[in-house]
Amino acid sequence: MSGKDDASLSPLQPVETLEPMEPLGDVPLEAKSRREWVQTAIGAWSLRRTKVGVAAFAALFAIAVFGRFVAPYEPDEFVGPPFSVPAAGYWFGTDFLGRDVLTRVLHGGLSVLSLGIAATLIGIVLGVSLGLVSGYARRWLDETIMRMLDVVLAFPSIVLAMLFVSILGPRLWLIVLMVGISHMPRIARVTRAATVELAGRDFVRAAVAVGVPKRKILLFEVLPNISSPLLVEFGLRLTYSIIMIAGLSFLGFGIQPPAADWGLMINENRIGITVQPWAVVAPVVLIGALTVSTNLMADGLARAMMGIDRDTAVT
Amino acid sequence: MNATTSDIVLSVRDLRIVLDPSGIEIDDDVSFAIHRGEVLGLVGESASGKTTAATSLLAYQRRGARIAGGHVDIEGADVLSASRMALRRIRGGIISYVPQDASAALNPALRIGDQLMEILNEHSRDSSRRAREARLREMMAEVLLPGDRSFLRRYPHQLSGGQQQRVAIAMALANRPKVIVLDEPTTALDVTTQAHVLETVRDLTRSYGVSALYVTHDLAVVACLADRIAVMYAGRLVEIGPKEELFVGAYHPYTRQLLAAIPDITGERALHGIPGYAPRPGQRVPGCAFTPRCTWRIDRCETEFPPYAGPDPDHQVRCWRWEEVKDQPLTAHAVSRAGAGEACSVEKTVVSAQGVVAFYQNKEVLHGVDADLCEHRCLALVGESGSGKTTLARCIAGLHQFRIDGTIELNGKALARESGGRTRDERQAIQYIFQSPYSSLNPRKTIRQLLAQPIDIFFKLDRDEREGRMVNALDQVALDASLLSRYPEQLSGGERQRVAIARALAVEPTVLICDEVTSWLDVSVQAAIIELLAKLQRDTGVSMLFVTHNLALIRSVAQEVAVMSEGSIVELGPVDAVLEDPQAEYTKRLLADTPALPPECRL
Repeated sequence: MSGKDDASLSPLQPVETLEPMEPLGDVPLEAKSRREWVQTAIGAWSLRRTKVGVAAFAALFAIAVFGRFVAPYEPDEFVGPPFSVPAAGYWFGTDFLGRDVLTRVLHGGLSVLSLGIAATLIGIVLGVSLGLVSGYARRWLDETIMRMLDVVLAFPSIVLAMLFVSILGPRLWLIVLMVGISHMPRIARVTRAATVELAGRDFVRAAVAVGVPKRKILLFEVLPNISSPLLVEFGLRLTYSIIMIAGLSFLGFGIQPPAADWGLMINENRIGITVQPWAVVAPVVLIGALTVSTNLMADGLARAMMGIDRDTAVT
Repeated sequence: MNATTSDIVLSVRDLRIVLDPSGIEIDDDVSFAIHRGEVLGLVGESASGKTTAATSLLAYQRRGARIAGGHVDIEGADVLSASRMALRRIRGGIISYVPQDASAALNPALRIGDQLMEILNEHSRDSSRRAREARLREMMAEVLLPGDRSFLRRYPHQLSGGQQQRVAIAMALANRPKVIVLDEPTTALDVTTQAHVLETVRDLTRSYGVSALYVTHDLAVVACLADRIAVMYAGRLVEIGPKEELFVGAYHPYTRQLLAAIPDITGERALHGIPGYAPRPGQRVPGCAFTPRCTWRIDRCETEFPPYAGPDPDHQVRCWRWEEVKDQPLTAHAVSRAGAGEACSVEKTVVSAQGVVAFYQNKEVLHGVDADLCEHRCLALVGESGSGKTTLARCIAGLHQFRIDGTIELNGKALARESGGRTRDERQAIQYIFQSPYSSLNPRKTIRQLLAQPIDIFFKLDRDEREGRMVNALDQVALDASLLSRYPEQLSGGERQRVAIARALAVEPTVLICDEVTSWLDVSVQAAIIELLAKLQRDTGVSMLFVTHNLALIRSVAQEVAVMSEGSIVELGPVDAVLEDPQAEYTKRLLADTPALPPECRL
């Protein structure tokens, strides 16, 4: 995957700077943007769901990254009695140890978000590589790769992650890797399907006929042509990554105390939910909003991608 | 056709169709009439708006398009303002439609008998079941299909392409409509099947007095079938008239140039392409859209589109200078043939296929083919779809993925089956140009990157030398060097195919394989590409294998021809000899079925 495409796949790019939407469908060919993923992104931006998703994601991203600089206390500072209800000094009350909920919420998003993005990238890199090889090689190599991925797919992803984390211990790199691996089979399938379709196209045959090496065919002929489905896949997998990372932390297999983390906070404070619901509700709402926002963006991209009228070229 | 206004069945006035959000015009100011029992051929290149205009006769528009104005009257009933319920009676009742691709138009999950019955049930509810079944058998007989139970119980995929199209025609005629709209119904069919379908259409319109609008991009197809012909260009009707007048002396420069671009099987007319390409909706220039390609243009053409004019109401033309065009006699074009040249000898054979047996999966598709391609010559490989012509070409190019027996030699040396097993020199020597320029150029690469790929593999060049070679290659195919930084989708189909040709020529091959290179292009562009290939072959001396289904094309480009049928070569010889005195039964039939312009009409 080229560096340029990596950048394009990242949802952190300011989508707002893109040009206004062109009418899709029967645009004269000249007016069409030449980069398909740009076309997809422009198309997606015209949908309201994408705008809502991008706005919500931008806000949550800002909270997760910059929130710590406006937090009133240190994340491990005791500011009052455990499970204090909101009051002056601690507007969202305190947690089970008497730490400020607002401060911990402002600190606790970065881990979920960064681990989620890292895991998604790992899943994309692994899945795309295997999918490309599998879809282009076909025959026995294809069978071998896909059946091995089926084995991975047979484990529910959270169980797979828990299995390794419980054996090797709750290490961050391991969590990220396992979440990435659990995405791998599905991404590989999407990539493989797109590759099989492209491998039959004449421009790939033309490259084969003049003797372009396989590696170059995959990287320069096939990969650039599947950037749109991969963009959608990235958005979708990011949603699942966030859910899984938060879920693992909640189950105690992820981020360990005393670190501030939204998933962990839900676990730590759930015993006091009747006394001080804010310590649970705040991280729950934020995780929910984060997943919904990434999902809205992915959905917008998917709709834009399917809506592109590819038949304008020929009558 | 000496018609009076009283027997006009359908009339279209000032039809205007636009794209919905943008308001870009697809069709503008289209007016014509069809008389009782008359076949009107509606001819135009791709994106000329002919199909859009045709479907609007049924008040139907594809998504994104909208009828913005005009009237369509069928026997006094205004179709465009009809209510939803009235439209249901009109469509399939008094006007019906035969789509381009019958295999896509028939429901794959329904037996054809049930599909035909559906139409009858919808429009003739009052008649008894027995009467409807009798009508069903009658319909099948009309389109020359067996009407027995076992045939009616078949699913669409169990029929051949020609049979499917006949079923679609039977469906369209089920309720004895006044008008039937045929939208390129034979484009997807082989010439033999096409000839049969055309014959059926002609007989049905004559015997039942049904009027027809026959939409096509190929003038030769309607040349014999239609009574009158309407020519569309860039969304406007430029000429309409009786075919006898149109073919001997068209009044519009476009019609004349279009006729010159149709390949002629007799070889008496040279092929002349029209420079440039037909503009798509939204790219059209003000005034007359043909101005940029027209040799008759005057200043006025650029600002004003001329009104309908002409000697009589039956023959109308939209050109400022039609009277001058009319008075100029049709030039007797110099016959440019690829020529016979000297005989081919064994020493001069470049590519030789001996006893080639090729498989597709486990099925044998080539049964021991022997063919020789001589140095500096062009061999045409002709056959219908499924004849194995493309398979043979791919075997030679090293692109066949399944088993091949027999030998393929290049300059006396046996070639490996797949291009991966061949040496670099062998891969460079044989270059392949694909059928569709829409799929043979990677949409993510600029023209520069596309051309650089083979050059970098076969030559060690520095930046300037490489750039020079690319510019030179584009120059050979008459493209400007400024295209280098464009992407394929910014080019027209003809330009893309030129880029594909340039890509093959840039590495100086000794053998050029052209696989149906014009089948995706408009007639006017096809002629230009054929002219270019013939010129390049003469100038560079490259040996060429020209694969095509169109017999009419080969005279302009090839010296020898091999006719293929069902995986074997049935006839092989010099082009003139094969076309003028065919020996094989199959070649004779193929020649008879190839549509020709009057006076050689064969219908």
